[in-house]
Amino acid sequence: MEPVMAVVVGALFAASVYMMLRRSIVKLVIGLILLSNAANLLIFTVSGLTRGAPPLIPEGLEVPPDAWADPLPQALILTAIVIGFGVLAFAVVLIHRAYEVVGEDDMDQMRSTDT
Amino acid sequence: MSVAVALPVLIPFIFGSLSLVFFNSHAVQRWLGVIGTGLLFLATIVLLHKTWTDGIQVMAMGSWPAPFGIVLVADMTSAIMTLMAGMMGFALAVYSLPSISRDHEAFGYYPLMHLLLAGVSGAFLTGDIFNLYVWVEVLLVASFALLILGGERGQMEGAIKYVTLNLFSSIMLLVGVGLTYGLTGTLNMADLAVKLPEVEQQGLVTVVGMLFLVSFSIKAAAFPLFFWLPASYHTPPVAVTALFAALLTKVGVYALYRFFTLMFGNDVGYTHELLLWIGGFTMVTGVLGAAAYYEIRRILAFHIVSQIGYMIVGLALFTPMALAGGVIYIVHNIVAKTNLFLVGGVIYMMRGSYDLKQIGGLWKTRPLLGVLFLLPAMALAGIPPLSGFLGKYVIIRAGVEVESWGIVAVSLGVGLLTLYSMVKIWAEAFWKAQPEEHAARAERFEQALSQKSMAIMLLPIIALGVLAAVIGLAAQPVYEMALVAGHQLLDSTDYIEAVLGVTP
Repeated sequence: MEPVMAVVVGALFAASVYMMLRRSIVKLVIGLILLSNAANLLIFTVSGLTRGAPPLIPEGLEVPPDAWADPLPQALILTAIVIGFGVLAFAVVLIHRAYEVVGEDDMDQMRSTDT
Repeated sequence: MSVAVALPVLIPFIFGSLSLVFFNSHAVQRWLGVIGTGLLFLATIVLLHKTWTDGIQVMAMGSWPAPFGIVLVADMTSAIMTLMAGMMGFALAVYSLPSISRDHEAFGYYPLMHLLLAGVSGAFLTGDIFNLYVWVEVLLVASFALLILGGERGQMEGAIKYVTLNLFSSIMLLVGVGLTYGLTGTLNMADLAVKLPEVEQQGLVTVVGMLFLVSFSIKAAAFPLFFWLPASYHTPPVAVTALFAALLTKVGVYALYRFFTLMFGNDVGYTHELLLWIGGFTMVTGVLGAAAYYEIRRILAFHIVSQIGYMIVGLALFTPMALAGGVIYIVHNIVAKTNLFLVGGVIYMMRGSYDLKQIGGLWKTRPLLGVLFLLPAMALAGIPPLSGFLGKYVIIRAGVEVESWGIVAVSLGVGLLTLYSMVKIWAEAFWKAQPEEHAARAERFEQALSQKSMAIMLLPIIALGVLAAVIGLAAQPVYEMALVAGHQLLDSTDYIEAVLGVTP
């Protein structure tokens, strides 16, 4: 399973970078969304994929009897998803507002503050 | 277990929430801003004092022991950085009173300022790399909102670049955190310091280290990843820019210091050589960029980049003295650079423009402001006996000791060019006569500025200017403190023992 996931994560990263390099600010945000999902999947994959083994300890034992799925990466991903959601919501509002103020959705027209 | 470590995070959160409760009463928010940051300042002084007298302070959140729970740790570097956050928060809360417009207050300037300070203090104090990511996001979200308060065109354009690149760097940080967990099975910094050297394939550790390097270099605005900074930092109100300049890039620098001393010291020959080049190029490109501009805020924004270079060089030389020099330089830079932005804000309030070609004649009418500009400007350029001299002296001395002649020459040359930029602002804004075609606007702004606002704005400027001189004059105690910080960074035994309770 891991090699497949690795390819998926790589493809997501590639797609997101491609989207971010486009000139349209909408595509920029789509790129950011893909990027944050790629990172979440990557954490999920690198910490090892285990099927159907909840990290529960039966009564009378100190440690789980068999191999178990590590719950920590899932907690990390959950936190990262929530943070990513908040930040991306901000980014969507920002591009909407920028479009209203500038009147363009083209990154190349947004150069007045550049160096 | 020490509660003092958690206070710098808790206080801004409490006062930020209180400001939200009084969202419609701006007078209450202003008072909460000053009192909250004042308390934060006191708490950080107490924390530094405790760290200085009793050694590294640790607090396990929810009493979960490290490495399983999240710990807050204050060693000398963290404590000094947090002190600077508290001090700048207080100075800027006072400065904001007359300089932030009513519109900005109505959109929640004060709650966001508290949130930013909480995020910065958390990032400086945490002992867990995922928790660091969370704090970085907290301060980023606050900074996003502060950056676009007001919603002018320039702010929107700057914000898009700022948001994109900072999100990108946060994702890189998150990826690095995930890969580190995959390699070692832990996220605690002290535990990582023990386990990363035990990883079989050290090449992988270096690769993950590079991810962190790129991520924090973007946040610190190091060469060649700094372009978001000069594109966005000059757009918001000057109190916001000063807050960003004081603290945000320093979080990146602090994280570089933490990661590349405590955890990723496995391949110093490669990583720190790279850091040395990055530092050198950051200095040169920043200072050359500043030389090309005639807008005060843009000049100062480029100087942020240039000064970051010195801090990275302090890390790259990797001796106790160089690290101590880096810590002194961070302190000096926060004091001097913030102060310059504050003076720039006052100049704007009196002339209605940041463009050096449109202003002048300030020395004649306001000699006090001229002196107050010269203090941080000369400190930034490294003129003795001000704070910048001490910082540059220690870093360059460390460079001479390891016979890294190239970086010594670059540092000295960049110091000279910094002086050129500062003298340019001085000559144009203070010495030159006010250009006739813009005299009417200057007159109008000068009349609109009340004596009371002026006095309140000058308070933090005077305090920070005096502080820059004091750091330079009281070099011995400052250097001793920074040297302890440098030793703690280089030799992680104490840190690991304080957090994990075992001697490695």
